[in-house]
Amino acid sequence: MEMMRSTKDFWSGVLYILFGSGALIAGRDYGMGTALKMGPAYFPSLLAALLILIGAISVIRSFFVQGTPIGDFALKKLAFVVGSVILFGAIIRGAGLAIALPLLAIISARASSRFRWTPSIVMAAGLTVFCILVFLKGLGVPLPLIGSWLGG
Amino acid sequence: MDLFANLALGLSTAGTPVNLLYCLIGVFLGTAIGVLPGLGPTATIAMLLPLTFGLEPLAALIMLAGIYYGSQYGGSTTSILVNLPGEAASVVTTLDGYQMAKQGRAGPALTASAVGSFFAGTVATFLLAVFAPPLADAALKFGPADYFSLMVLGLVASIVLAQGSLLHAFGMVVLGLLLGLIGTDITSGAMRFTFGIPELADGIGFVTVAMGMFGLSEIIRNLETESERSVVIAKITSLMPTKEDWKRIIAPILRGTMIGSAMGILPGSGSILGAFAAYSIEKKISKNRHQFGKGAIEGVAAPESANNAGAQTSFIPMLTLGIPSNPVMALMVGAMIIQGIQPGPSVIAEQPKLFWGIIASMWIGNFMLIVLNLPLVGMWVKMITIPYQLLYPAILVFCGIGVFSLNNSTFDIYLMAIFGAMGYLFVKLGCEPAPMLLAFILGPMMEEYLRRAMLISRGDPWVLIQRPISATLLALAVLAMLSVLLPSFSKTREEVFKE
Repeated sequence: MEMMRSTKDFWSGVLYILFGSGALIAGRDYGMGTALKMGPAYFPSLLAALLILIGAISVIRSFFVQGTPIGDFALKKLAFVVGSVILFGAIIRGAGLAIALPLLAIISARASSRFRWTPSIVMAAGLTVFCILVFLKGLGVPLPLIGSWLGG
Repeated sequence: MDLFANLALGLSTAGTPVNLLYCLIGVFLGTAIGVLPGLGPTATIAMLLPLTFGLEPLAALIMLAGIYYGSQYGGSTTSILVNLPGEAASVVTTLDGYQMAKQGRAGPALTASAVGSFFAGTVATFLLAVFAPPLADAALKFGPADYFSLMVLGLVASIVLAQGSLLHAFGMVVLGLLLGLIGTDITSGAMRFTFGIPELADGIGFVTVAMGMFGLSEIIRNLETESERSVVIAKITSLMPTKEDWKRIIAPILRGTMIGSAMGILPGSGSILGAFAAYSIEKKISKNRHQFGKGAIEGVAAPESANNAGAQTSFIPMLTLGIPSNPVMALMVGAMIIQGIQPGPSVIAEQPKLFWGIIASMWIGNFMLIVLNLPLVGMWVKMITIPYQLLYPAILVFCGIGVFSLNNSTFDIYLMAIFGAMGYLFVKLGCEPAPMLLAFILGPMMEEYLRRAMLISRGDPWVLIQRPISATLLALAVLAMLSVLLPSFSKTREEVFKE
């Protein structure tokens, strides 16, 4: 990989090509139609081809034009933030807001390097009360307070 | 005169106690999120959009609009007092604003920024009222081919004006267009790219993408730089600028307002660009240019006027053509559609109360903002001290509940998480998500207009350049693209984004 001068260009180009070819492959059965009567695949295929072209240019360019290196990925922080949201989605109906919400608040807070248990727990508790009052009681969002897993 | 009759209608509609209340809530929230670094108007409006479903259409739009231009006011407070831009459009304000604060002149800087914003807001609201009706009239003559070309022009402009690499802005636009097509094809009824997932049949919600890409991924990015952040707030002694200050800011406010108003109409990040442009122009022509970067009050007044003017005029394409020019406007389009209003040139004629009500509310809102921002500045300063590690979990919770309530579906929560991770990855690769978001909402519209244009022309693509309006728009798009190749332009572009 010594030839590569811009890892950013290279990998974003690869992503474009992946998305573009994915769209072409997934859309191959949709029916192209004609310019007069465009089928469902007409416009997407056009775009997908364009995206692949852009990706190819980006990949080729990565070997010629010097770029800035990709910075380090904050994988741990990413995992805490994204993971806590996915967990929230997974347990919100089963466990209910009263459990899913404080879990989301506390687990996501651990992504911070300044995380401390006490303030985070206090904040999560206050936030839970606030959200129950505003979203469940006030706005009637159809979320269970206590979910079906716990007999709610 | 019609204009005054219309404005009077707007004032009487926006002036009802309920609408005034929502206007106040909007600008209050807007100021708050503007003050808080790391929470922008796009994520906030996306978060609050589900809450407006139950409101009257006008009240909902007044509030959402207030959040947007309110954030432009609030952003300057943080820029000046702690050297952190509270909002992207206030980045340049940190240059001279914070220097002034260090010299004990935070108060005059805040006043210059608020007065400039108020003046700019008033002028831009007036421009909106004057230019929107004739533009909408002209837009009524647009055929499908013209609309298609207009969107091409919009996307090209958003690429040219995007931050960072042009190639990647182009790539992100095409990717956004493709993602927008996920779901049922309206013409044929075919399911596209749904992979058998029933929740995808209606497509991916714009709000879901916006919350993921602007809410979640912003949080991760902010956490990355967390340790470098230290909040030292400058003291405010007196708010009143000196006589000399007043003299110095008049011309920059006027110029900033003009530049900002013009830039705001352009697709992409109009208000951000307007602020940059206004600052660099002042730096070139001001007779105090040697003071720039060392606490020149002109360097605060001009960009702050420009970003507020731009925030206001960016409503013009949305209200007259139904085409959003930035992610916030795309959310406004979404809000209108949810309320059963099809945004487009006919809104002025069919819903005059709504249209003029929104415009009048902006002026009322600007007035509220100057009161909220100057005498109450102490309260906002306290807000800056809220530690981010306690703030962002709350943002995540609001995003989670908000995105769920769109369709009462947990699937949207997962999608938001995926877009959050994707947004972070793209930013790391140097690809800005803003043009993608714009393309995402334009994708299905473009396909529809292209289809209709082709149907009318019997499949002849030349129709796009045979119709004069369409041809002009496409020619402009080509010119915009070619301008990038000019060495002087690309140099200016780099300079603008470097600062």
